[in-house]
Amino acid sequence: MPRFGFQATRLILMIVICGVFITPLLWMVSTSLKPLDQTMQMPPRWLPYEWQATIDGQLVAVDLKDSEAVVKAGGPIKVEVAEGPSKGEPHTLDASQLQRKIAPQWGNYKEAVHEMREFPRYLRNSLILCTLTVIGTVLSCSIVAYGFSRVEWKGRNTLFLVVLATMMIPFPVTMVPLYGLFRELGFIGSLKPLWVPTFFGTAFNIFLLRQFFMTIPRDLSEAARIDGCSEFMIFIKIILPLAKPAVTVVALFQFLYAWNDFLGPLIYLTDQKDFTLALGLQFFQSQQGGTQWHYLMAASALVLLPVLLLFFFTQRTFIEGVSMSGLKA
Amino acid sequence: MTRGERRKFWTGLAFVSPWVVGFLVFGLYPIVMAAYYSFCNYNVLQDAQFVGLINYQEMLEDDVLWKALYNTLFYAIFSVPLGLIVALLFAVLLNRPIFGRSIFRMLFYVPSIVPLVAIAMIWLWVFNGDVGLLNYALSLIGIDGPNWLADPAWTKPTLILSAIWMVGGAMVLFLAGLQDVPRSLYESAELDGAGAAKQFWHITVPMVSPVIYFNLIMGIIYSIQELVRPYIMLPDGGPDRSGLFFAVYLYQTAFRDLRMGYASAMAMLMFFIILLLTWAVTKLIQSRIYYEGA
Repeated sequence: MPRFGFQATRLILMIVICGVFITPLLWMVSTSLKPLDQTMQMPPRWLPYEWQATIDGQLVAVDLKDSEAVVKAGGPIKVEVAEGPSKGEPHTLDASQLQRKIAPQWGNYKEAVHEMREFPRYLRNSLILCTLTVIGTVLSCSIVAYGFSRVEWKGRNTLFLVVLATMMIPFPVTMVPLYGLFRELGFIGSLKPLWVPTFFGTAFNIFLLRQFFMTIPRDLSEAARIDGCSEFMIFIKIILPLAKPAVTVVALFQFLYAWNDFLGPLIYLTDQKDFTLALGLQFFQSQQGGTQWHYLMAASALVLLPVLLLFFFTQRTFIEGVSMSGLKA
Repeated sequence: MTRGERRKFWTGLAFVSPWVVGFLVFGLYPIVMAAYYSFCNYNVLQDAQFVGLINYQEMLEDDVLWKALYNTLFYAIFSVPLGLIVALLFAVLLNRPIFGRSIFRMLFYVPSIVPLVAIAMIWLWVFNGDVGLLNYALSLIGIDGPNWLADPAWTKPTLILSAIWMVGGAMVLFLAGLQDVPRSLYESAELDGAGAAKQFWHITVPMVSPVIYFNLIMGIIYSIQELVRPYIMLPDGGPDRSGLFFAVYLYQTAFRDLRMGYASAMAMLMFFIILLLTWAVTKLIQSRIYYEGA
């Protein structure tokens, strides 16, 4: 049956492509768990390891002191005990006495946090920023989207086109005057330039919520209006509770945006203590000059991890939200 | 306007007023000021001084600027269509039910939501010329991989290749578009003896053409202002400034050299290029977009 063959080919193709797609992330995790010398080993090994040998009846980790090539060739090797009370003790062993054991260096993560110096501050700033911008976006965008969808007024659709058009304004075009403006306001060197604007609505999220509000039947509002409800009460009591899934999507998008944003923090934040995680990661990389790959990958993984976790727990909501954002305008 | 209409007008406006204020202050004002500063000598510390067309004249003679523009357009011309094709193909592969479909979809999508800074770090490592995973993989099939980030000929391809990794967003939109294509179209095409390739060209592509258009425009807008990856992976533009992107040069001019008037003139050029490309693409393919019911 050609149908079955087609299905099988498709499945294999998908697995291969997905494998390629996920490899860089796996490679990051792999590198983050290796000791420095193993990160630069060619050919590379996926799993971090250490050498072990039985010395005085005890299995201990040993340090080969750069004589790894000898293991393949066989013959006697000078090693040092790498752990325990007799650490540093030299021994000469035969290659056959050595065995390779998988040994992830979880300590790299602790070291990476330490090397980044202000990691707890970065984390705190990122979380503050995410919280404030999510509150700002949800509040402002839902109110504005209501005005663009549930109230009929002259000029509404024309103005909405302006909202859509602002999505096309590139940030590099406005960043110089914005910097000047925030400087006048005394916002530079604080998180304010990054969260204050979200309380005035962001085009993409307004668009998304409007799309959702449009799908709620008119009769619901009409019935409430006849009962004497004000527009604001209808918004609070009827529309907002119904729009929970869309509001969740907007909150998620905004959280990710604030967490991932790099250019904004790069421009507005001046003191290292105010940096967000994204900026702190780049700062760490530019400071250490790009040699300690195991720490850099551990730090990257720490910045990535919250996003991955959030996505795994919300992926259905998420992908529906993205699909919703496409067209139908 | 009747009284009722007038009341509705003010109610509606009241609801959208936060956005109106935000637009005036954080949208319109900066654009107008960017246009004004482009005719000024401005370094943010002192008031702007009007100098006429000097910034624009300087742009004409600035070789670095044209190089940065060339690099950016080169990147856009390759990465945007390539990204579209890959996204559409993945979406087609995922469209019909298959074992583990939601997992595949999730794995494709993940790279487009993780922090770009972390992505840039990972690519720096994977594309490393000496001990990078990519060159190792190439060596397994007998190819001696280039020194991606240190060779002027390979910096742009590096950024183009790594951009394909982030097609997840476009793919999800295609997938949503494909779900709306009626199955009956394919069934009748099959009855008429049309093969898979024909069905793809004559049914799939026209039916998702609005999504293609949307993704194309968004791809152009974002690739012209691409900054994070080139800024981190190729500090100062990399070897021979071969990976200096327009937005990176603009950023450096404004915030490192504090030449904000000149940077604003560059910003105007960027805005103009984006508008021009958007307009040109729209003109070019507008008549071929199929809108259902239109």
